[in-house]
Order: sequence, then C-alpha cells, then structure tokens
Amino acid sequence: MNRRALGRPLLSLILLAALVLGAVVARVLAVAPMVPAGQALAVILGEPVPGISFIVMDDRLPTAVVAILAGTAFGLSGTIFQTLLRNPLASPDVIGVTLGASAGAVIAMALFQAQGAALFWCALLGGLATALLILVVAGAHRPGAGGAVDNRFVLVGIGVGAALSSLISYLLTRIDTRTAGDAMHWMIGSLSSATWGRALVLAIALVLLIPVLVVLVARLRVLQLGDDTATSLGLAVPPTRIGLILVGVVLSALTVAVTGPLSFVAFLAGPIARMIVGRPSFPVAAAVGALIVLLADLIGQGAFGTTDMPAGVITGALGAPFLLWLLTRTPTPASGR
Amino acid sequence: MARAPLLAFTGGVLALVVAGTLSLLVGARSVGPETVWQALVHFDQSVTDHVVIHARLERTVAGIAVGASLAAAGAAMQGLTRNPLADPGILGLNAGAAAAVVVGIYVLSISRVTEFMAFAFVGAAIGTAAVYAVSSLGRDGATPVKLALAGAALTAGLGSLVNALVLLDQESLDRMRFWQVGTLGARSLADVGTVGAFMAVGMLIVLVATRTLNALSLGDDAAVGLGVNVAGARLVLGLAIILLCGAAVALAGPIGFLGLVVPHAARLLVGGDYRRLVPVALLAGPVLILVADVIGRVIAPPAEVQVGVMTALIGVPVFILLIRSRRQVGL
Repeated sequence: MNRRALGRPLLSLILLAALVLGAVVARVLAVAPMVPAGQALAVILGEPVPGISFIVMDDRLPTAVVAILAGTAFGLSGTIFQTLLRNPLASPDVIGVTLGASAGAVIAMALFQAQGAALFWCALLGGLATALLILVVAGAHRPGAGGAVDNRFVLVGIGVGAALSSLISYLLTRIDTRTAGDAMHWMIGSLSSATWGRALVLAIALVLLIPVLVVLVARLRVLQLGDDTATSLGLAVPPTRIGLILVGVVLSALTVAVTGPLSFVAFLAGPIARMIVGRPSFPVAAAVGALIVLLADLIGQGAFGTTDMPAGVITGALGAPFLLWLLTRTPTPASGR
Repeated sequence: MARAPLLAFTGGVLALVVAGTLSLLVGARSVGPETVWQALVHFDQSVTDHVVIHARLERTVAGIAVGASLAAAGAAMQGLTRNPLADPGILGLNAGAAAAVVVGIYVLSISRVTEFMAFAFVGAAIGTAAVYAVSSLGRDGATPVKLALAGAALTAGLGSLVNALVLLDQESLDRMRFWQVGTLGARSLADVGTVGAFMAVGMLIVLVATRTLNALSLGDDAAVGLGVNVAGARLVLGLAIILLCGAAVALAGPIGFLGLVVPHAARLLVGGDYRRLVPVALLAGPVLILVADVIGRVIAPPAEVQVGVMTALIGVPVFILLIRSRRQVGL
C-alpha cells in the first residue's frame, strides 16, 4: 500500500476538495432538468430567475450541502470507531447506533404516522438513547485491561442491535403495506428530505464537535500506545475513551436522523482515506465521506433514467463488494495491536 | 463438572413433553384438553377446533425441528470456533441464508420449501465463508470480537441489499416482511418432513463428532496431538452447521439467539463435555422455542408476537450477561 500512498495529506485534501466541488456543480447543473451554469450562478448571487430559483436554491443546493455535511459526519464517526476499536469493521452501522435511530424512526411511523421534523427527532432520540444504553450496559465507566472496555462496547452494541432489528421486523409486520414501504424506504437512506434547516443542524453539530474531536484525536494517538503507557504519560484514559465514543455517536445519530442509514459510508471513508494517505487521517476520511455521499446521490439521480434511486441503494450496492475487496487487499487491517 | 447428566436428560424429556402439550393447548382460541386429544386421534376436518389443533400441531413439530437444529448448530459453532458468543444469528449465517431466500423470492418468485432450502443452503455457505475469511485476516486470527463484527457487518450489508430489492417490488415486500421476522407455523407437516431429513443428517454429524468437538475445544495443537484431522473436522462440521441453519431458515425464517442460549444453558446443567452437552441441547432447544412461541401467542392479544422476536427478547440479555461476566471474551 505504501508504494501507492501519496503520503501528502494536504495535497490529497486539495484534490478531494476539487472533486467534491466538481460533484456539487454536477449535482446542481447536470441532473435532469438541466440548469444552465449562467442562470444558476445568477440565482446563487441573489437574482431571482422564475422556475430556476426554486430548483437551485430550495432543492439542489441544500441537497448537495446536506450530502457534504452528512458524508463528513459519517466519515469522522466511522474513523473514530475504527481507530478506537482497532477494527476496520467497527462502524456505527454495526454497533447498534444506526439501528437505534432506525428503530426510533420506525416506531414513530408505526405508532403515530410521524413525518418530517417529528421523524427526525424520533430517529435522533432513538440513536442517542441506544448509544447511552450500550455505554451503560457495557460498563464503559468501569476499568478494564487493554481493549476489554472497547470489546465489551462492540459486543453489547451488536447484541442491542440484534434486538432492535428484530423489534423493527416485528413492527413491520404490524403496519399496513404502505407504511411498511415508507419505513423500508427510510431505512435505506436518501437525501430526499434535505432542507436548509437540516443542513444548519448538521453544520452546527460539526462546528461544535470538530474542535472537541481535534483535542481528543491528539489523545487518541497516545491511547493507541496502550492503556498503561497512556496512563503513565498522564492521560485520563476512561474520559478520553468515553469522549471519543460520545462524539462518534452524536455525529452518526444526528446524520442518520437527517438522511437515514446510508450504509457503508461510515465503513468505507476511513479505509479509503488510509489507502490514499498511507495512514489513518480524519480530515481525509471526512472529505472521502462527503465525496461518496455526493457521488451516490448523483448516480442515483442520473443513472437510472427517470427513476430516482435513493443514495442508500447506491452506497449499499457498490459499498458491500468494495468493502470485501478492501479487506482482502489489506493483509493486516487495523485489528492488530 | 458432570452434574447428574441422567437427571438433566430425563428432565429435558419431561420439559419437552410439557412444552409440547402447552403448545397444543394455548392460543387465541381456547380448546379443552379432551377436544385436543380427539383432534389428535380422530381428526375431523369439518370441526373448527380440530383444524385449529392441527395448525398448532404443525407449528409444534416445526418448532421441535427448528429448535433442535439451531441448538445443535450453535453448540457445534461454539466448539468449532472456541467462541462462547457463536450463534447462527450473530455470525451472519442467518443473514446470508435469509438474503439468498429474499433474492430467490424477488428474482424467481420461489415459494416451495425445497426452493427456499436450496437458496438458504447457498446463502448460509457463502455467509460462513465470508465471515470466516474476513475475520481470519490479521495477526491474532478469528477472535470472538472479530467474528461477531464480521457477522454483524455481513448482516448490515445484506440488510441494505434486501431493503433495496424490496424497494423495487411491493409484492416481495409483503411476502418478505412476514417471513424475515422468524415464525413457526407457516409450513405444512409434509414440508417439515422434507426439511427434517436434512436437519437429521446435520444433527447426526454433530452427535457423532462430539469427541472431536471436545478435542477442538482444547485448541488446534492439542487436537492434532489427540489425532484429530483439524481441517477435515472443520469442513465436515461446517457442512453440518450449514445444513442445520439453512434448513431452519427455510422452515421458519431467520431465528437468532437460540443457538447462543441453549448450549450455554446445557453447559450449566451438565458441564462442558460435548458428549453430554449436545444431547441435552437437542432437548433444550425445542423446549425453549416452544415456550417462546407459546408466550408470543398470549403476550399481546389479539395479535401474536412471532417466535423470532421472542427468542431475541430472551437471548439478548443472556448475550450481554455472557459478555459482562467473561473478562477474556475477545481479548
């Protein structure tokens, strides 16, 4: 892998940013019905153009912005779990957080036909409550040698996730076909409910959490030397660990509440970033996440004629084989000590 | 270690009789014991009560077959991987089999139990291979945590595939959502017989291989020292596990946690020797699934809670207790 690594995070970041920008331009202009670049620019600069204003300002731009923010949050959250738990398969999709948000959404749909903002809050609440439950049950505050706490967290998360998915299956049999279809649709994940309001929520969360993450990531590097070494270097180990988990959980729960699960984005962003720069990198993972979500949405909008495929179908269909390929190519994944 | 295996075995048989009787007696429609007996010995299709009892008999027999299969599969998996958390659900076999069946429903509109079974076998085999290959990567081999993560990742990935397929076709959605929750009683006695033949082969292999499981649970090196062909044993037992899980999924849909809980319960009763553990688990599996099914019938009237949901409700706390009590898990 090192042969091909660029090894220059800054250069990779600039390249990725250019690709993200290109994808945004394509998302705003090149999806049917096409919008001429001049008119789009005029609209963005504040000049109203009948017909075009709505498409650009209320549909495509917020979608692109939510895609970038959601991808960033998924990328960061996935990388937090993968690095902390030392396993490329550890991602919010797998350790229960995403399923908690899905369960919250499906319960809200099944019991009080929730839509829009209510659905968002129920999903957020579901994700956060599940994460809290996992943390408490796993005994994250209790001491444990080496990765014992991490392993307990992963396994309890998988168990809770299994219980939630069977709850979801049960609820799906208790509701009418139409609502069940809506619920399945939500659980695939898409950008169809992207609005400026949702974008603002995600942006505020990222602005608040990224500085916290910067501080914690510096400590994470110390933590990776092992708990004993980290303690002797003066690091408060349990608070650091819980802090990292909390940041990862809040980021993923919030994003899932906005877009739905969008499988494999959180999985793939970290390993791809690692391939590009040769070592785990949070900024690059965030950029990769943003690019994946944008491209998935773009493919879903453009590649199937008049049918719009939700972005989650694209990330799921392309992500699963890609993940397997990635894992077979990496003889020693981040699972070693 | 041995805690009166004969007592446990007799108790298991008795418990199975009680659970089977309950499964015939309890339900939304209350039918007296005499009528139940009449329905069993002189079945009369024109009597509604008899039809009800016949339906309950079908799901009782299906429950016994599925419960015993999943318990045997779970015990074999726990011995083979030396992993106390092994379970067809946790390690992704159920997800593989279920996804293959859903693909079959969507692409070929399959509905017969033999077709379900063929797809389920293929799916379970692919799932097993994928999870084992992915979790064996890396320095420390297939640890419990890595196996569980690989299984959960496979489940999540296949889940999104299934959701996407279902999105394309409302009709598949309707058939799928009632099947994937895990339920007994969707199949006739003849279907149980067809599937049961494959299950019997799987159970027989596990029963014959109990000595090998004992040797394997000491570690690969010790097993080789005891004269076990480790690679061959893995292959044959893996085949048995795929037969058992695939058949169980074809009959009742993906049912999780039974394969986890039952071997541990058996271990508490008769100790860790697989020669005693497997027979007891073969009795305890049907007991647990029948009790779960009976509770599911009465817990939320007038509706039924499917047995797959009930086993998860029972199994998840046990799973978490196991994680909390064993400090070594995953280290």
